[in-house]
Amino acid sequence: MTNPPNKDPEKPACLRVESLVFERWFIPVFEPINFQIEAGETLLIRGANGSGKTTLLRLLAGFLEPSEGKIFLPGQALAWLGHKLGIKDALSVRENLQFLARLYNTQATEALITDTITQLGLMRVADQDAGSLSAGQKKRCAFGTLLFQPDAIWLLDEPYSSLDKQGMDIVDRLLKQHQQRNGITVLATHGVLAPAQLEVRELIIEGFQDDYYAESLA
Amino acid sequence: MNAFFSLLKRDLLLAVRSRAEALQPLFFLLVVVTLFPLGLGPGPALLAKIAVGVIWIAALLASTLSLDKLFRADFEDGSLEQFLTSGHSLSLLALAKIIAHWLSTGLPIVLFSPLLAIWLNLPHEALPVLVKSLLLGTPIFSLIGAIGAALTVGLRQGGQLLALLIFPLLIPVLILATGAVSAATDNLESSAYLLWMAAYAVLMLTLAPFACAASLRISLS
Repeated sequence: MTNPPNKDPEKPACLRVESLVFERWFIPVFEPINFQIEAGETLLIRGANGSGKTTLLRLLAGFLEPSEGKIFLPGQALAWLGHKLGIKDALSVRENLQFLARLYNTQATEALITDTITQLGLMRVADQDAGSLSAGQKKRCAFGTLLFQPDAIWLLDEPYSSLDKQGMDIVDRLLKQHQQRNGITVLATHGVLAPAQLEVRELIIEGFQDDYYAESLA
Repeated sequence: MNAFFSLLKRDLLLAVRSRAEALQPLFFLLVVVTLFPLGLGPGPALLAKIAVGVIWIAALLASTLSLDKLFRADFEDGSLEQFLTSGHSLSLLALAKIIAHWLSTGLPIVLFSPLLAIWLNLPHEALPVLVKSLLLGTPIFSLIGAIGAALTVGLRQGGQLLALLIFPLLIPVLILATGAVSAATDNLESSAYLLWMAAYAVLMLTLAPFACAASLRISLS
Protein backbone atom coordinates (compact mmCIF):
# COMPACT_ATOMS: atom_id res chain seq x y z
CA MET A 1 0.00 0.00 0.00
CA THR A 2 1.47 3.31 -0.98
CA ASN A 3 -0.98 5.28 1.11
CA PRO A 4 -3.07 3.37 3.59
CA PRO A 5 -6.00 5.55 4.60
CA ASN A 6 -5.36 6.89 8.08
CA LYS A 7 -8.49 6.09 9.94
CA ASP A 8 -9.54 8.66 12.47
CA PRO A 9 -11.60 7.03 15.20
CA GLU A 10 -12.85 10.29 16.69
CA LYS A 11 -14.52 11.68 13.61
CA PRO A 12 -15.50 8.75 11.47
CA ALA A 13 -17.52 10.58 8.89
CA CYS A 14 -15.30 13.44 7.84
CA LEU A 15 -12.46 13.80 5.44
CA ARG A 16 -9.67 15.96 6.81
CA VAL A 17 -6.51 17.18 5.16
CA GLU A 18 -3.80 18.86 7.23
CA SER A 19 -1.02 20.97 5.73
CA LEU A 20 -0.79 18.70 2.74
CA VAL A 21 2.22 19.23 0.52
CA PHE A 22 3.23 17.29 -2.54
CA GLU A 23 6.62 17.78 -4.09
CA ARG A 24 7.55 16.78 -7.59
CA TRP A 25 11.33 16.62 -7.87
CA PHE A 26 11.59 18.56 -4.59
CA ILE A 27 9.44 21.40 -5.91
CA PRO A 28 6.07 21.76 -4.17
CA VAL A 29 3.14 21.59 -6.58
CA PHE A 30 0.85 23.78 -4.45
CA GLU A 31 0.85 25.68 -1.17
CA PRO A 32 0.04 23.59 1.92
CA ILE A 33 -3.61 22.59 1.79
CA ASN A 34 -5.97 22.34 4.76
CA PHE A 35 -9.63 21.44 4.70
CA GLN A 36 -12.22 19.32 6.38
CA ILE A 37 -15.46 18.08 4.90
CA GLU A 38 -18.23 16.41 6.82
CA ALA A 39 -20.67 13.75 5.69
CA GLY A 40 -23.10 15.08 3.13
CA GLU A 41 -20.81 17.85 1.92
CA THR A 42 -19.48 18.38 -1.55
CA LEU A 43 -16.10 19.98 -2.07
CA LEU A 44 -15.40 21.70 -5.34
CA ILE A 45 -11.74 22.18 -6.12
CA ARG A 46 -11.13 25.05 -8.47
CA GLY A 47 -7.89 26.05 -10.04
CA ALA A 48 -6.21 26.87 -13.31
CA ASN A 49 -4.68 24.25 -15.58
CA GLY A 50 -1.62 22.82 -13.90
CA SER A 51 -2.47 24.17 -10.46
CA GLY A 52 -2.48 20.70 -8.96
CA LYS A 53 -6.18 19.74 -8.83
CA THR A 54 -5.59 16.30 -10.26
CA THR A 55 -2.54 15.86 -8.04
CA LEU A 56 -4.64 16.63 -4.98
CA LEU A 57 -7.30 14.13 -6.04
CA ARG A 58 -4.68 11.48 -6.73
CA LEU A 59 -3.27 12.09 -3.26
CA LEU A 60 -6.73 11.60 -1.76
CA ALA A 61 -7.23 8.43 -3.81
CA GLY A 62 -3.94 7.05 -2.52
CA PHE A 63 -2.17 6.84 -5.88
CA LEU A 64 0.41 9.36 -4.67
CA GLU A 65 1.98 9.70 -1.28
CA PRO A 66 2.06 13.12 0.41
CA SER A 67 5.49 14.66 0.86
CA GLU A 68 4.29 16.36 4.04
CA GLY A 69 1.05 16.62 5.94
CA LYS A 70 -1.69 14.12 6.58
CA ILE A 71 -4.89 12.87 5.01
CA PHE A 72 -7.51 11.47 7.35
CA LEU A 73 -10.08 9.38 5.52
CA PRO A 74 -13.17 7.94 7.09
CA GLY A 75 -13.29 4.17 6.81
CA GLN A 76 -15.31 4.19 3.61
CA ALA A 77 -14.35 2.93 0.23
CA LEU A 78 -13.21 5.36 -2.45
CA ALA A 79 -14.78 5.71 -5.85
CA TRP A 80 -12.46 7.25 -8.40
CA LEU A 81 -13.26 8.70 -11.77
CA GLY A 82 -10.40 10.41 -13.51
CA HIS A 83 -9.53 11.41 -17.06
CA LYS A 84 -8.94 7.78 -17.92
CA LEU A 85 -12.32 6.16 -17.70
CA GLY A 86 -11.55 2.49 -17.21
CA ILE A 87 -13.86 1.51 -20.05
CA LYS A 88 -12.79 -1.22 -22.47
CA ASP A 89 -13.31 -0.35 -26.13
CA ALA A 90 -13.73 -3.95 -27.21
CA LEU A 91 -16.57 -4.64 -24.76
CA SER A 92 -20.12 -3.43 -25.06
CA VAL A 93 -21.59 -0.88 -22.66
CA ARG A 94 -23.47 -3.67 -20.92
CA GLU A 95 -20.38 -5.87 -20.58
CA ASN A 96 -18.33 -2.97 -19.26
CA LEU A 97 -20.94 -2.19 -16.63
CA GLN A 98 -21.32 -5.84 -15.68
CA PHE A 99 -17.60 -6.06 -15.03
CA LEU A 100 -17.51 -2.83 -13.03
CA ALA A 101 -20.48 -3.94 -10.94
CA ARG A 102 -18.78 -7.20 -10.06
CA LEU A 103 -15.50 -5.40 -9.32
CA TYR A 104 -17.30 -3.39 -6.66
CA ASN A 105 -18.99 -6.43 -5.16
CA THR A 106 -22.44 -5.46 -6.24
CA GLN A 107 -24.84 -8.19 -7.20
CA ALA A 108 -24.65 -7.64 -10.93
CA THR A 109 -28.20 -8.64 -11.69
CA GLU A 110 -29.63 -8.04 -15.12
CA ALA A 111 -32.14 -5.62 -13.58
CA LEU A 112 -29.42 -3.52 -11.93
CA ILE A 113 -27.40 -3.26 -15.12
CA THR A 114 -30.44 -2.34 -17.20
CA ASP A 115 -31.48 0.21 -14.59
CA THR A 116 -27.98 1.73 -14.60
CA ILE A 117 -27.94 1.94 -18.38
CA THR A 118 -31.33 3.67 -18.33
CA GLN A 119 -30.19 6.14 -15.66
CA LEU A 120 -27.15 7.02 -17.74
CA GLY A 121 -29.27 7.46 -20.87
CA LEU A 122 -27.41 4.79 -22.84
CA MET A 123 -30.26 2.41 -23.63
CA ARG A 124 -29.94 2.98 -27.36
CA VAL A 125 -26.28 1.98 -27.45
CA ALA A 126 -26.33 -0.63 -24.66
CA ASP A 127 -25.08 -3.49 -26.82
CA GLN A 128 -22.70 -1.46 -28.93
CA ASP A 129 -18.92 -1.67 -28.44
CA ALA A 130 -17.72 1.12 -26.18
CA GLY A 131 -15.08 1.90 -28.79
CA SER A 132 -17.78 3.06 -31.19
CA LEU A 133 -19.28 5.54 -28.71
CA SER A 134 -18.65 9.25 -28.66
CA ALA A 135 -16.42 10.70 -25.93
CA GLY A 136 -19.46 11.93 -24.04
CA GLN A 137 -21.30 8.61 -24.21
CA LYS A 138 -18.19 6.83 -22.99
CA LYS A 139 -17.95 9.24 -20.10
CA ARG A 140 -21.57 8.53 -19.21
CA CYS A 141 -20.83 4.82 -19.26
CA ALA A 142 -17.97 5.40 -16.82
CA PHE A 143 -20.39 7.03 -14.36
CA GLY A 144 -21.60 3.48 -13.73
CA THR A 145 -18.54 3.26 -11.47
CA LEU A 146 -20.22 5.77 -9.16
CA LEU A 147 -23.67 4.25 -9.30
CA PHE A 148 -22.24 0.93 -8.15
CA GLN A 149 -20.55 2.56 -5.15
CA PRO A 150 -23.23 4.66 -3.44
CA ASP A 151 -21.57 4.36 -0.03
CA ALA A 152 -18.11 5.41 -1.10
CA ILE A 153 -16.38 8.78 -1.06
CA TRP A 154 -16.56 10.04 -4.62
CA LEU A 155 -13.42 11.55 -6.10
CA LEU A 156 -14.14 13.06 -9.50
CA ASP A 157 -11.67 14.76 -11.79
CA GLU A 158 -13.36 17.08 -14.29
CA PRO A 159 -16.65 15.14 -14.35
CA TYR A 160 -18.20 17.58 -16.80
CA SER A 161 -15.63 17.34 -19.55
CA SER A 162 -16.90 16.20 -22.95
CA LEU A 163 -20.52 15.94 -21.75
CA ASP A 164 -23.53 17.55 -23.39
CA LYS A 165 -26.25 19.39 -21.48
CA GLN A 166 -28.17 16.22 -20.75
CA GLY A 167 -24.98 14.48 -19.60
CA MET A 168 -24.21 17.36 -17.27
CA ASP A 169 -27.70 17.10 -15.84
CA ILE A 170 -27.02 13.45 -15.12
CA VAL A 171 -23.85 14.39 -13.23
CA ASP A 172 -25.75 17.03 -11.25
CA ARG A 173 -28.45 14.53 -10.39
CA LEU A 174 -25.91 11.94 -9.25
CA LEU A 175 -24.12 14.52 -7.10
CA LYS A 176 -27.41 15.64 -5.54
CA GLN A 177 -28.43 12.05 -4.78
CA HIS A 178 -25.05 11.40 -3.22
CA GLN A 179 -25.36 14.49 -1.04
CA GLN A 180 -28.83 13.47 0.09
CA ARG A 181 -27.40 10.08 1.08
CA ASN A 182 -24.91 11.95 3.30
CA GLY A 183 -22.09 10.97 1.01
CA ILE A 184 -18.87 12.93 0.56
CA THR A 185 -17.88 14.11 -2.90
CA VAL A 186 -14.68 15.85 -3.92
CA LEU A 187 -14.65 17.11 -7.47
CA ALA A 188 -12.18 19.16 -9.41
CA THR A 189 -12.96 21.52 -12.25
CA HIS A 190 -10.95 24.15 -14.03
CA GLY A 191 -13.55 26.76 -13.28
CA VAL A 192 -16.18 27.25 -15.95
CA LEU A 193 -18.46 24.39 -15.04
CA ALA A 194 -19.81 23.75 -11.58
CA PRO A 195 -22.63 21.70 -10.12
CA ALA A 196 -25.96 23.44 -10.57
CA GLN A 197 -28.49 23.70 -7.75
CA LEU A 198 -26.17 22.13 -5.25
CA GLU A 199 -24.63 23.47 -2.11
CA VAL A 200 -20.88 23.11 -2.42
CA ARG A 201 -17.83 24.17 -0.45
CA GLU A 202 -15.11 25.60 -2.60
CA LEU A 203 -11.41 25.21 -2.40
CA ILE A 204 -9.30 27.27 -4.73
CA ILE A 205 -5.79 26.04 -5.19
CA GLU A 206 -3.05 28.03 -6.72
CA GLY A 207 -0.20 26.17 -8.23
CA PHE A 208 3.38 27.40 -8.33
CA GLN A 209 4.00 26.31 -11.85
CA ASP A 210 3.33 29.39 -13.86
CA ASP A 211 2.99 32.98 -12.69
CA TYR A 212 0.73 33.84 -15.58
CA TYR A 213 -1.93 31.42 -14.40
CA ALA A 214 -1.70 32.60 -10.81
CA GLU A 215 -2.24 36.20 -11.93
CA SER A 216 -5.17 35.37 -14.14
CA LEU A 217 -6.75 33.49 -11.27
CA ALA A 218 -6.44 36.48 -8.95
CA MET B 1 -13.00 -14.04 -5.38
CA ASN B 2 -15.96 -12.68 -7.29
CA ALA B 3 -13.77 -9.89 -8.65
CA PHE B 4 -10.98 -12.40 -9.43
CA PHE B 5 -13.22 -14.53 -11.63
CA SER B 6 -14.94 -11.61 -13.32
CA LEU B 7 -11.55 -10.10 -14.23
CA LEU B 8 -10.39 -13.49 -15.53
CA LYS B 9 -13.56 -13.74 -17.58
CA ARG B 10 -13.21 -10.19 -18.88
CA ASP B 11 -9.61 -10.71 -19.98
CA LEU B 12 -10.46 -13.97 -21.74
CA LEU B 13 -13.37 -12.24 -23.45
CA LEU B 14 -11.04 -9.45 -24.56
CA ALA B 15 -8.59 -12.05 -25.88
CA VAL B 16 -11.39 -13.69 -27.88
CA ARG B 17 -12.48 -10.29 -29.24
CA SER B 18 -8.96 -9.56 -30.47
CA ARG B 19 -8.16 -13.08 -31.66
CA ALA B 20 -5.50 -12.04 -34.16
CA GLU B 21 -3.50 -10.31 -31.46
CA ALA B 22 -3.96 -13.08 -28.92
CA LEU B 23 -2.83 -15.79 -31.34
CA GLN B 24 0.23 -13.82 -32.53
CA PRO B 25 2.62 -15.76 -30.22
CA LEU B 26 1.35 -19.07 -31.54
CA PHE B 27 1.79 -17.97 -35.16
CA PHE B 28 5.28 -16.75 -34.36
CA LEU B 29 6.12 -20.15 -32.87
CA LEU B 30 4.71 -22.02 -35.85
CA VAL B 31 6.57 -19.85 -38.36
CA VAL B 32 9.94 -20.10 -36.58
CA VAL B 33 9.72 -23.86 -36.12
CA THR B 34 8.55 -24.33 -39.70
CA LEU B 35 11.45 -22.31 -41.09
CA PHE B 36 14.18 -24.27 -39.32
CA PRO B 37 14.01 -27.44 -41.46
CA LEU B 38 13.91 -25.24 -44.57
CA GLY B 39 17.00 -23.36 -43.47
CA LEU B 40 19.03 -26.28 -42.16
CA GLY B 41 18.01 -28.96 -44.62
CA PRO B 42 15.59 -31.74 -43.86
CA GLY B 43 18.04 -34.36 -42.52
CA PRO B 44 16.04 -36.32 -39.90
CA ALA B 45 19.02 -36.95 -37.61
CA LEU B 46 20.01 -33.28 -37.48
CA LEU B 47 16.43 -32.16 -36.87
CA ALA B 48 15.92 -34.68 -34.08
CA LYS B 49 19.06 -33.35 -32.43
CA ILE B 50 18.03 -29.71 -32.52
CA ALA B 51 14.26 -30.18 -32.06
CA VAL B 52 14.11 -29.50 -28.31
CA GLY B 53 16.27 -26.41 -28.47
CA VAL B 54 14.37 -24.93 -31.41
CA ILE B 55 10.93 -25.55 -29.92
CA TRP B 56 11.89 -24.23 -26.52
CA ILE B 57 13.70 -21.11 -27.73
CA ALA B 58 10.81 -20.33 -30.08
CA ALA B 59 8.32 -20.92 -27.26
CA LEU B 60 10.29 -18.60 -24.97
CA LEU B 61 10.44 -15.81 -27.54
CA ALA B 62 6.80 -16.31 -28.51
CA SER B 63 5.66 -16.08 -24.89
CA THR B 64 7.60 -12.90 -24.23
CA LEU B 65 6.22 -11.24 -27.39
CA SER B 66 2.86 -10.49 -25.83
CA LEU B 67 4.06 -9.67 -22.32
CA ASP B 68 4.50 -5.96 -22.93
CA LYS B 69 0.75 -5.64 -23.40
CA LEU B 70 -0.17 -7.58 -20.26
CA PHE B 71 -0.85 -4.53 -18.07
CA ARG B 72 -0.41 -1.74 -20.62
CA ALA B 73 -3.99 -1.63 -21.89
CA ASP B 74 -5.37 -1.49 -18.35
CA PHE B 75 -2.83 1.19 -17.45
CA GLU B 76 -3.68 3.35 -20.43
CA ASP B 77 -7.47 3.17 -20.23
CA GLY B 78 -7.61 3.70 -16.46
CA SER B 79 -8.78 0.20 -15.47
CA LEU B 80 -5.75 -0.07 -13.22
CA GLU B 81 -6.85 2.96 -11.20
CA GLN B 82 -10.25 1.34 -10.79
CA PHE B 83 -8.60 -1.88 -9.57
CA LEU B 84 -6.60 0.10 -7.04
CA THR B 85 -9.56 1.97 -5.57
CA SER B 86 -11.87 -1.06 -5.68
CA GLY B 87 -10.37 -2.23 -2.37
CA HIS B 88 -9.61 -5.71 -3.68
CA SER B 89 -6.20 -7.23 -3.24
CA LEU B 90 -4.18 -6.01 -6.20
CA SER B 91 -2.10 -9.21 -6.04
CA LEU B 92 -5.20 -11.30 -6.57
CA LEU B 93 -6.30 -9.17 -9.52
CA ALA B 94 -2.78 -9.36 -10.99
CA LEU B 95 -2.91 -13.15 -10.64
CA ALA B 96 -6.20 -13.21 -12.55
CA LYS B 97 -4.57 -11.25 -15.36
CA ILE B 98 -1.54 -13.56 -15.38
CA ILE B 99 -3.74 -16.66 -15.57
CA ALA B 100 -5.77 -15.12 -18.39
CA HIS B 101 -2.51 -14.34 -20.21
CA TRP B 102 -1.29 -17.90 -19.86
CA LEU B 103 -4.61 -19.36 -21.00
CA SER B 104 -4.60 -17.18 -24.11
CA THR B 105 -0.92 -17.42 -25.08
CA GLY B 106 0.82 -20.22 -23.13
CA LEU B 107 -1.79 -22.94 -23.39
CA PRO B 108 -2.08 -22.82 -27.21
CA ILE B 109 1.71 -23.25 -27.39
CA VAL B 110 1.50 -26.34 -25.18
CA LEU B 111 -1.36 -27.76 -27.23
CA PHE B 112 0.45 -27.31 -30.54
CA SER B 113 3.83 -28.56 -29.33
CA PRO B 114 3.27 -32.27 -30.19
CA LEU B 115 2.63 -31.27 -33.80
CA LEU B 116 5.87 -29.28 -33.89
CA ALA B 117 7.77 -32.12 -32.26
CA ILE B 118 6.65 -34.51 -34.98
CA TRP B 119 7.48 -31.91 -37.62
CA LEU B 120 11.05 -31.74 -36.25
CA ASN B 121 11.35 -35.51 -35.90
CA LEU B 122 11.71 -35.51 -32.12
CA PRO B 123 11.91 -39.13 -30.83
CA HIS B 124 8.46 -40.28 -29.73
CA GLU B 125 9.58 -41.29 -26.25
CA ALA B 126 10.53 -37.66 -25.54
CA LEU B 127 7.15 -36.28 -26.57
CA PRO B 128 5.34 -36.59 -23.21
CA VAL B 129 8.27 -34.96 -21.45
CA LEU B 130 8.31 -32.07 -23.92
CA VAL B 131 4.61 -31.42 -23.29
CA LYS B 132 5.08 -31.70 -19.54
CA SER B 133 8.05 -29.33 -19.60
CA LEU B 134 6.07 -26.77 -21.62
CA LEU B 135 3.12 -27.17 -19.28
CA LEU B 136 5.41 -26.24 -16.39
CA GLY B 137 7.53 -23.72 -18.23
CA THR B 138 5.01 -21.50 -20.02
CA PRO B 139 3.26 -20.46 -16.75
CA ILE B 140 6.69 -19.42 -15.43
CA PHE B 141 7.12 -17.21 -18.52
CA SER B 142 3.79 -15.53 -17.81
CA LEU B 143 4.52 -15.13 -14.09
CA ILE B 144 8.04 -13.72 -14.44
CA GLY B 145 7.07 -11.71 -17.48
CA ALA B 146 4.21 -10.13 -15.54
CA ILE B 147 6.67 -8.73 -12.98
CA GLY B 148 8.68 -7.13 -15.77
CA ALA B 149 5.52 -5.90 -17.49
CA ALA B 150 4.28 -4.32 -14.27
CA LEU B 151 7.62 -2.59 -13.71
CA THR B 152 7.78 -1.15 -17.23
CA VAL B 153 4.10 -0.34 -17.70
CA GLY B 154 4.60 3.37 -17.10
CA LEU B 155 7.49 3.67 -19.55
CA ARG B 156 6.88 4.62 -23.14
CA GLN B 157 9.50 2.28 -24.60
CA GLY B 158 9.28 -0.46 -22.00
CA GLY B 159 9.61 -3.41 -24.38
CA GLN B 160 13.39 -3.66 -24.62
CA LEU B 161 13.87 -3.04 -20.92
CA LEU B 162 11.30 -5.72 -20.20
CA ALA B 163 13.25 -8.29 -22.20
CA LEU B 164 16.48 -7.30 -20.48
CA LEU B 165 14.84 -7.65 -17.06
CA ILE B 166 13.23 -11.04 -17.49
CA PHE B 167 15.56 -13.06 -19.75
CA PRO B 168 18.10 -13.79 -16.97
CA LEU B 169 15.26 -15.19 -14.86
CA LEU B 170 13.96 -17.32 -17.74
CA ILE B 171 17.29 -18.97 -18.57
CA PRO B 172 17.05 -21.60 -15.77
CA VAL B 173 13.72 -22.70 -17.24
CA LEU B 174 15.28 -23.14 -20.66
CA ILE B 175 18.23 -25.13 -19.28
CA LEU B 176 16.05 -27.40 -17.14
CA ALA B 177 13.49 -28.00 -19.88
CA THR B 178 15.98 -28.87 -22.59
CA GLY B 179 17.82 -31.03 -20.04
CA ALA B 180 14.61 -32.92 -19.29
CA VAL B 181 13.74 -33.56 -22.92
CA SER B 182 17.32 -34.53 -23.84
CA ALA B 183 17.36 -37.00 -20.96
CA ALA B 184 14.08 -38.50 -22.16
CA THR B 185 15.50 -38.76 -25.71
CA ASP B 186 18.41 -40.79 -24.31
CA ASN B 187 15.98 -42.96 -22.32
CA LEU B 188 17.20 -41.49 -19.04
CA GLU B 189 15.17 -40.39 -16.05
CA SER B 190 13.89 -36.84 -16.57
CA SER B 191 11.75 -36.34 -13.48
CA ALA B 192 14.50 -34.54 -11.54
CA TYR B 193 14.54 -31.73 -14.13
CA LEU B 194 10.76 -31.54 -14.17
CA LEU B 195 10.56 -31.41 -10.38
CA TRP B 196 13.02 -28.53 -10.33
CA MET B 197 10.86 -26.76 -12.90
CA ALA B 198 7.79 -27.41 -10.78
CA ALA B 199 9.60 -25.95 -7.76
CA TYR B 200 10.48 -22.85 -9.77
CA ALA B 201 6.88 -22.55 -10.97
CA VAL B 202 5.54 -22.77 -7.42
CA LEU B 203 8.08 -20.20 -6.22
CA MET B 204 7.06 -17.78 -8.94
CA LEU B 205 3.35 -18.45 -8.43
CA THR B 206 3.87 -17.44 -4.80
CA LEU B 207 6.02 -14.37 -5.38
CA ALA B 208 4.98 -12.92 -8.73
CA PRO B 209 1.49 -11.64 -7.78
CA PHE B 210 2.92 -9.64 -4.86
CA ALA B 211 5.81 -8.31 -6.93
CA CYS B 212 3.34 -7.31 -9.66
CA ALA B 213 1.07 -5.51 -7.21
CA ALA B 214 3.98 -3.56 -5.74
CA SER B 215 5.31 -2.67 -9.19
CA LEU B 216 1.89 -1.54 -10.42
CA ARG B 217 1.50 0.78 -7.43
CA ILE B 218 4.88 2.32 -8.18
CA SER B 219 3.98 2.68 -11.86
CA LEU B 220 0.77 4.53 -11.01
CA SER B 221 2.37 7.15 -8.77
